Amino acid sequence: MPVPRKEGRDKVTGRAQYIDDMVMPGMLYGATVRSAVPRGKIRGITFGGGIAWDEFIVVSAKDIPGANCVALIADDQPYLAHDVVNHPEEPILLLAHSNRHALTKAANAITIEYDPLLAVFTIEESERQTEIIWGKDNTFKRFLVEKGDVDAVWAKADYIVEGEYTTGAQEQLYIENNGVIASFDRQRGITVWGSLQCPYYVHKALMKLFALPEDKVRVVQTETGGAFGGKEDYPSIIAGHAALLAMKSGKPVKIVYDRMEDMAATTKRHPSRTRHRTAVTRDGTILGGEIEFVVDGGAYTTLSPVVLSRATIHAGGPYYWPNIRIRAKAVATNAPPHGAFRGFGAPQSLFAMERHMDRIAATVGISPVEIRRRNFLKSGQTTTTEQIIHEPIDLDQLLARAMALADYHAKRQRFREENESPTIKKGIGLAAFLHGAGFTGSGERYLASLVGVEGCADGRVRVLVSSTEFGQGTKTVLCQIAAETMGLPYEDVDIALADTGEVPNSGPTVASRTVMVVGKLVQSAARGIQQALIASGLLREGYSPNELRRACAKYVAEHGVFKSWARYEAPPGIFWDDEKYRGEAYAAYAWAIYVAEVTVDLTTYSVQVDDFVALQEVGKVLHPVLARGQITGGVAQGIGFALYEKVVWQDGRMQNAQMTNYIMPTSADLPPIRVYFEELGNEHGAFGAKGIGELPMDGPAPAIVSAIEDALGIGFNSIPLLPEDIFEAMTGPSRTANNGIALQGVR
Amino acid sequence: MNTPVQCEISLTVNGEARTVHAYPMERLLDVLRHQLELTGAKEGCGEGECGSCSVLMDGTLVNSCLVPVLQAQGTKIVTIEGLAKGSQLHAVQQAFLEYGGAQCGICTPGILMAAFHLLSETSQPSVEEIKEGLAGNLCRCTGYAQICEALAEAAGHGNASESANGNER
Repeated sequence: MPVPRKEGRDKVTGRAQYIDDMVMPGMLYGATVRSAVPRGKIRGITFGGGIAWDEFIVVSAKDIPGANCVALIADDQPYLAHDVVNHPEEPILLLAHSNRHALTKAANAITIEYDPLLAVFTIEESERQTEIIWGKDNTFKRFLVEKGDVDAVWAKADYIVEGEYTTGAQEQLYIENNGVIASFDRQRGITVWGSLQCPYYVHKALMKLFALPEDKVRVVQTETGGAFGGKEDYPSIIAGHAALLAMKSGKPVKIVYDRMEDMAATTKRHPSRTRHRTAVTRDGTILGGEIEFVVDGGAYTTLSPVVLSRATIHAGGPYYWPNIRIRAKAVATNAPPHGAFRGFGAPQSLFAMERHMDRIAATVGISPVEIRRRNFLKSGQTTTTEQIIHEPIDLDQLLARAMALADYHAKRQRFREENESPTIKKGIGLAAFLHGAGFTGSGERYLASLVGVEGCADGRVRVLVSSTEFGQGTKTVLCQIAAETMGLPYEDVDIALADTGEVPNSGPTVASRTVMVVGKLVQSAARGIQQALIASGLLREGYSPNELRRACAKYVAEHGVFKSWARYEAPPGIFWDDEKYRGEAYAAYAWAIYVAEVTVDLTTYSVQVDDFVALQEVGKVLHPVLARGQITGGVAQGIGFALYEKVVWQDGRMQNAQMTNYIMPTSADLPPIRVYFEELGNEHGAFGAKGIGELPMDGPAPAIVSAIEDALGIGFNSIPLLPEDIFEAMTGPSRTANNGIALQGVR
Repeated sequence: MNTPVQCEISLTVNGEARTVHAYPMERLLDVLRHQLELTGAKEGCGEGECGSCSVLMDGTLVNSCLVPVLQAQGTKIVTIEGLAKGSQLHAVQQAFLEYGGAQCGICTPGILMAAFHLLSETSQPSVEEIKEGLAGNLCRCTGYAQICEALAEAAGHGNASESANGNER
């Protein structure tokens, strides 16, 4: 029986305290006044009549004591727009009042006049550069990956297969909206409590905004109702806003967005476009190819360079490319900045890769299974960044097992025969993919995460990390790792509140790194406690839990505070070249084959996913219930990404910023999600674990669209794929329109 | 325009008689959370889509964000805080712990109320009835699989359809 979730009882009894459940004495409520135009110069601001303005705290850019920029990667995003706005919903003014109902009326009484500037709304418009909206060329970041000699492969190819693939924006849609409470005190400085993933990101951002030293800023995570990347960078903004109001008013200020504001103003998954051009032999072996990948980053840099990096490294999928050139870029548009969302670029570039594999298969005339089998990356071969795969992964075997679990071959045959029925078409499709765990390239080395384990006066043990729980089970698994390392019962291990005043910076809770990277550090810090007790003579080798508790209590009584620390060090032999984008991109990869079975109803053109098999190699499963929960949840989000979730844009603004018209899957929409694990271990992870949080987001969309192709014979290349898109492709004048670029250069 | 006046509203919440003073069109959700300090029910969307604010009103599952408090006059309300009996969790709460039905936990109070409601109407629901019964509650974390399994487990359990505090009709 797996150990119970640390905070589980509070969550099932309604006692867990989320930010909106908390009230502080004298607390005010804050609101944000945002831009109504996508791009323009602010000409003037008028505070209308009928409002008792003296009762309100009003903050503008002029009130900012430090730097008016959100500290992250570049310093281009202001906390409050001062003279120009670059996207709809950009914050301009902040209001606070003791009565939250008074805020809407006041905000509506403010008129902001603009001199509009030409704006850019799509990747293509941004690329044309007829209007420069960011930097010199509308481009936040470019990457170039080159391996072998791509230019030499075209002449040797039997087929050259081209395709263009696109993915839309996707809203994280955590059920708890962004929210914080901030307080200010001249002695202690700023304290922020909030729904967030990365306390130290907020800490760093507030230090810069207020020009305060690190001991005058404290950030505390409250119970967080889902995040999925959506609370990686945005909390720095809302926390800064609440803190500005708190400083000016001298009172605690709560800002909690309502759903519409959260959806319209905060980050989403980057829309993407990928172009593939691939040289293959008659039997389907890839000789080489070019991949051009572009994401729409929105109006400011934010996390786009890092999202682009992960997308670039995953763009070649789990295949062997003897020669490849990948050109990737993140471009600016006048939309709210796009940001982190589970998978972080990989679901976009892997969607394209997997759809393209199906296209290659169709061109060569072999099955989607066979094309993958013939090109799988093997142990000992190198990835697109020339990382040698040392893991003993056997993708052939993984594929064969997934086919058997899904009964793929028999079903494919049967559907082919039964699809004669005029209105109900069934299909089955697959996706093969990998997901790198931890920060890309030298990221973990720069982070240099620090983790502590504390021996307490009562003999219990406490894990000290800034890694946060927002559904995945962080608290549970990290305590489990410490307990297991020290031979203690799980109940004897606690985890400290993610409070920058108390815990070290164990890095952000992102990038599928918590169990693998932070978990490994917890293991090592826990061993430190054990060894210190043995070295001090208080504990014998082969101790019992009771002896450890007694020794620990005695140590604290004799020496005071008893903490053991572990800092990340890059394993030897890990090499990454940031300039050439070459080397060991990730310390470990999780590998997966997903199979989707669908029914397309040609009366409504709707798609139902009937069965879903998710098979993955994850190093080691530490907690079967939590691990499975990560996969089922990620698959559900992937199904939404493929079939339901469409952000409707107009002039850079989300038009359907409501749960009523932005549709995510309900319990009635989802198939049985059958989850299977393989465990090959991983020397870089705690007890052999690899990261799994993001992995399940990568595979569902391409597997489902592949199944739809199997059912209808139409290779769709764009998601979300809604019934109206299928209807149009099947009945519209240009039946091949959605088929993207027609096959070219076939010899 | 007339300024609205507060009125006195009496209702039973988790078995206890309560009286509140509120504007008639205030949302039941706000009255529960702010006046009665029962913060278990959550606001996820404010428009009756997500079900995070689900409570029982005279045995019917309602989105408390859509119920004007005036409508709750004289009714019996059960919230997540009324599901356990003291420290004794309801079978469906216990099953959620064992099966991983709660991840981030924000939808959990609403889903548990929907689950409890389903079990009080149908003691042995089929898989399809479970999926349908929970379709008004959005969960972004779990993919619902473990929620449905927890509910099925609770249904197989003896006291699953037992009433919660104050839900005697």
